[in-house]
Amino acid sequence: MDLIADHISHRFGELAVLDDVSFTVGAGEVVAIVGPSGCGKSTLLSILGGLLQPASGAARLRGAPPSDSLNPLTFVFQDFALLPWADVEDNVEFPLLHTQLSAAARRAQVDDALRRTGLADFRKAYPKQLSGGMRQRVGIARALAVRPAILLMDEPLSALDSQTRELLMEDFVRLLADGSMGAAYVTHNLEEAVRLADRIVVLSRRPGRIREVVTVPMTRAERGQVLAREKLLELQNQMWSLIRTEAIDAEREVQHA
Amino acid sequence: MLERAQHAPAKDAATRPVRFRGAGFVPSSGRYSGWIALALVIALWQIAGSAHWINPLFLPAPSAIARAIYELAISGALWQHVSASLLRIGVGWLLGTAAGVAVGFAIGLSRLARSVGITFISALFPIPKIALLPLLILWLGIGEEPKIATIALGVFFSTAISVYSGVDAVPRNLIRMAQSFNVPFAAIVRRVVWPGALPSILAGFRITASVALLLVVSAEMIGAQFGIGAFVLQAGNLMQTDQLLAGVVILSVFGLAVGKAINWAETRLLHWR
Repeated sequence: MDLIADHISHRFGELAVLDDVSFTVGAGEVVAIVGPSGCGKSTLLSILGGLLQPASGAARLRGAPPSDSLNPLTFVFQDFALLPWADVEDNVEFPLLHTQLSAAARRAQVDDALRRTGLADFRKAYPKQLSGGMRQRVGIARALAVRPAILLMDEPLSALDSQTRELLMEDFVRLLADGSMGAAYVTHNLEEAVRLADRIVVLSRRPGRIREVVTVPMTRAERGQVLAREKLLELQNQMWSLIRTEAIDAEREVQHA
Repeated sequence: MLERAQHAPAKDAATRPVRFRGAGFVPSSGRYSGWIALALVIALWQIAGSAHWINPLFLPAPSAIARAIYELAISGALWQHVSASLLRIGVGWLLGTAAGVAVGFAIGLSRLARSVGITFISALFPIPKIALLPLLILWLGIGEEPKIATIALGVFFSTAISVYSGVDAVPRNLIRMAQSFNVPFAAIVRRVVWPGALPSILAGFRITASVALLLVVSAEMIGAQFGIGAFVLQAGNLMQTDQLLAGVVILSVFGLAVGKAINWAETRLLHWR
């Protein structure tokens, strides 16, 4: 199943935030969306996931989702969005409760998601008892439990410290390795983008329009090798040079607002 | 290979400790100090009464109040008055709470209900509900109904406000998360909005319990044969201050018991906080 941004524009009142953005996230493909602060990255993801109606254009799907997928487009949120009154197990089971699955099937999917995210020993813990990294793992487990076709990840690592970010990045690489899930990955962190994405959509400052779509010229497995580091760093620098001036302008604009 | 750096600093005459500046502003109460202070005040009060430093007509000693409560209990009058008040509070509070929760959720979840409901609540909430008792007597007669209706009205407004404030305070990101998983509206209300609003709802119950107590006493003082309010007023008219204070102590115990019950409910239902 492909997810298509079809000439999407959006404005909040007088403020234009997105201008004619079009690209496709193919089946099993990871597309990072980067750009300066306030360029409409998260707004774009909300539109792609059906949580916001664009002023013009549309988010479209092409092809059928996998037959076992309960929620083909599934978000992973920056602030985790966990139910504080529910333990880990119940948080992961939450999106399954309204489905037709039997209790046993729900249990099996929760167990599988907890195992894949290393949370099996924390199933009875409450969110407040967990570190930021573990909370985001719960958010990822909840997303995996519904067997998504495409993950919509809204700066999933930006609320975490750098060491936790590194550990979760390794988890993402592992989870996305087999190509069974695609992802639209919004980030302001270019290092995350080059490590994870097959393609990188670079947006301009507000109103965000596509400046460049960059292909990362190696597989994710290759990117873990020492020799690849230099190439990735070079790509990262190229992208930074693309957005640096606009990032400075965007920052000044925010400060003057 | 990591090269270790020298890190143990030398302590010599040229060094001095950094002055601690972080003390204070973190008051903590001792476990028993409040109870000890209360016991001391009661003991002092008892001594003042026994030594006739205070005229018992104006302030009877604690032992005299305890004796009055005991005699009321033995005679059966205590239960007669307490049960009359409990019935009015119980029915009035339940009716007001049920209506307040329903209206509060409607205001919290529906644009139409919000536009209409908030205007009415803003206009009617400030009215002291006891001022409506004569009107309610005119409408409903002189039985239990106007007293119960007064309590229900007082409870309704505070409950509705605390419920819709609680619904408003439910983090929007949780609702969007549920929507992103296609969770149906009713399930979002039940599994996200209700538990998210519960802290505010329970805090509202604490307020409405005291509103109900205030209104039952006021209503009983205006027109009732039985009930703690009627009993306190009657004792005052007859200058039976030991009985009057016995009634006040019973009200205080009732308020404390309700507070404890809400604490218990909060501990059980909001353990996740």
